[in-house]
Amino acid sequence: MEVKIQIPEVKQQWPNPINTIKIGATKEEGGTRTSTVTVGGETTLPFYHFEGKIPHPPVVAMEVWDIPGEDWPEAVKEPFAEVMHDPGEWAKRCVEYGADLICLRLKGCDPNGANKSPEEAAKAARRVLESVGVPLIIWGCGNDEKDNEVFPLVAEAVAGENCLLGTITEDNYKTLTALCTAYKHKLIAESPVDINIAKQVNILAFDAGFKLEDIVIFPSSGALGYGIEYVYSIMERTRIAGLKGDKAMAMPILCDIGIEVWGVKEAKAELPEWGDPRKRGPLWEATTAYVYLLAGADILIMRHPEAVRATKEAIRRLMGLDRMGGEGQ
Amino acid sequence: MILIGERINASFRDIKQAVLEKDKRPVQEWARRQAAAGADYLDVNIGAVSKKPEDMAWLVETVQEAVPTPISVDSTTVEVIKGGLKALDGRPVLINSTTADDRKLEQLLPLAVEYNASLIGVAMDERGSPQDVARRVENGAKIFAAAIEAGLTPERIFLDPILMPIKFMQAQAKNVLETIQQYTMLSDPPPHISVGLSNICSKAAERSLITRTFLVMAMAFGLDAAVCNVLDDELINAIATAELILNKEIYSDSYLQAFKMRAARLNLERRP
Repeated sequence: MEVKIQIPEVKQQWPNPINTIKIGATKEEGGTRTSTVTVGGETTLPFYHFEGKIPHPPVVAMEVWDIPGEDWPEAVKEPFAEVMHDPGEWAKRCVEYGADLICLRLKGCDPNGANKSPEEAAKAARRVLESVGVPLIIWGCGNDEKDNEVFPLVAEAVAGENCLLGTITEDNYKTLTALCTAYKHKLIAESPVDINIAKQVNILAFDAGFKLEDIVIFPSSGALGYGIEYVYSIMERTRIAGLKGDKAMAMPILCDIGIEVWGVKEAKAELPEWGDPRKRGPLWEATTAYVYLLAGADILIMRHPEAVRATKEAIRRLMGLDRMGGEGQ
Repeated sequence: MILIGERINASFRDIKQAVLEKDKRPVQEWARRQAAAGADYLDVNIGAVSKKPEDMAWLVETVQEAVPTPISVDSTTVEVIKGGLKALDGRPVLINSTTADDRKLEQLLPLAVEYNASLIGVAMDERGSPQDVARRVENGAKIFAAAIEAGLTPERIFLDPILMPIKFMQAQAKNVLETIQQYTMLSDPPPHISVGLSNICSKAAERSLITRTFLVMAMAFGLDAAVCNVLDDELINAIATAELILNKEIYSDSYLQAFKMRAARLNLERRP
């Protein structure tokens, strides 16, 4: 006797697509970029091609600082050793390595470090813009007071370029939100591994008159153990809420991989019994990036060229682009 | 929660007057206010003022001129409902309502199909309003089955277990809650479940408190739609809070604002 068992339909229809966000502006659009980046627009969970559309593949931004990365571990400093003195040259090198965007981190502005001036920060941003054609992410030094002094000049210096600036937090969002409105930049909303605060920051920015469609969520990133697990589940919940219709959660998600990975001992330690850190580090970074891709990352900020290469290859495969003849966006 | 704004109803004196005098102003004022408050649908009802389909058509057109919000065409008379449906400009519509009466179902289901409308089915039959759970469930299930048979999906079916005034029929509120729970088990996904919320507090003191307490309890049982006063801030805040507690919305400190934000969003999205 033949028994036929019907396999139940498991496809879900989600009512609300994730916002689509474009970063960078070409000459025609009032900027000087030779390429732009578009992310988001998903109508389903990460890489559920059978269920919905993932119109834009995730992208990789590479990290550049306004000062040399003195504290970068050797394994990841090496590929940039002779260009770290100049953010422009550094950015060019990243583009050669395949960066879709550059993330300029204004570490040099940190008052507990080099304490560079807002003018110097603006100059570094211009320098990167003039050196490469890809769009730009600009990340503050993390000191609220200093960032609020630096960003007015920086946001103006890159006006028209449709950059992604960050970050705003629950306690410090007014200045940067106003600047991004005035100079038409996009905004990174940061929360400390806390989905409730992630939503709160978005509502605060919306209340301050900013468009939800111009926000990218940064839920914080981890590169080890519980850190990864917490962020992973927050990203999943965020994405599901967004797809279900929560407009304050339907944003593309950004993950700051490089800075986290190259801070953990497992990736950077010079311990021969753990294997060559020149291999271990990039492998750790690529693996971490892969985890976040599966959790729903749209933008990954990374450091090591080998990790970037492996991650971009992984994205092509996850998007099924190899099969379709390798077409990008 | 699907919010159906109750205010454009000729049982209210100002709307009655407006319908009689064909004065658009009060109708459009209520349309705008309810839309701004986040109504998903605007209920439109000419009540006992008129039996003329063209009066319903006028009311629907008047609302459509003012706001892009979907409309709930509300009448006990099929011809009047038809008048409203014909006046529609293509926006989503809810027919309010059929009963479990065969003649009503035979007339209204084809209309729902023709206009791609959603349909409220009130758990009433030719014998009148049920006083127990069993008949409410029986009637609801009958409407549900007939609607599915006609080609409607569960998302387009709203079942109404009939809410009655707590002051006069105190035992019925609990029966309604139990019925709601039964309705949620009709299918997966279940149909929407809706009530005419203001019925509960008719002629009572503490109307607002009774209304929102019932609503929150009903939401816990599975209610997900209501014809109600969307301008009652305390009611809206209670709904927003109940959605948090039922884990339908992600908590944020500004969750009340987030709920109101949806009003702004709804109106932006519908802007042609």
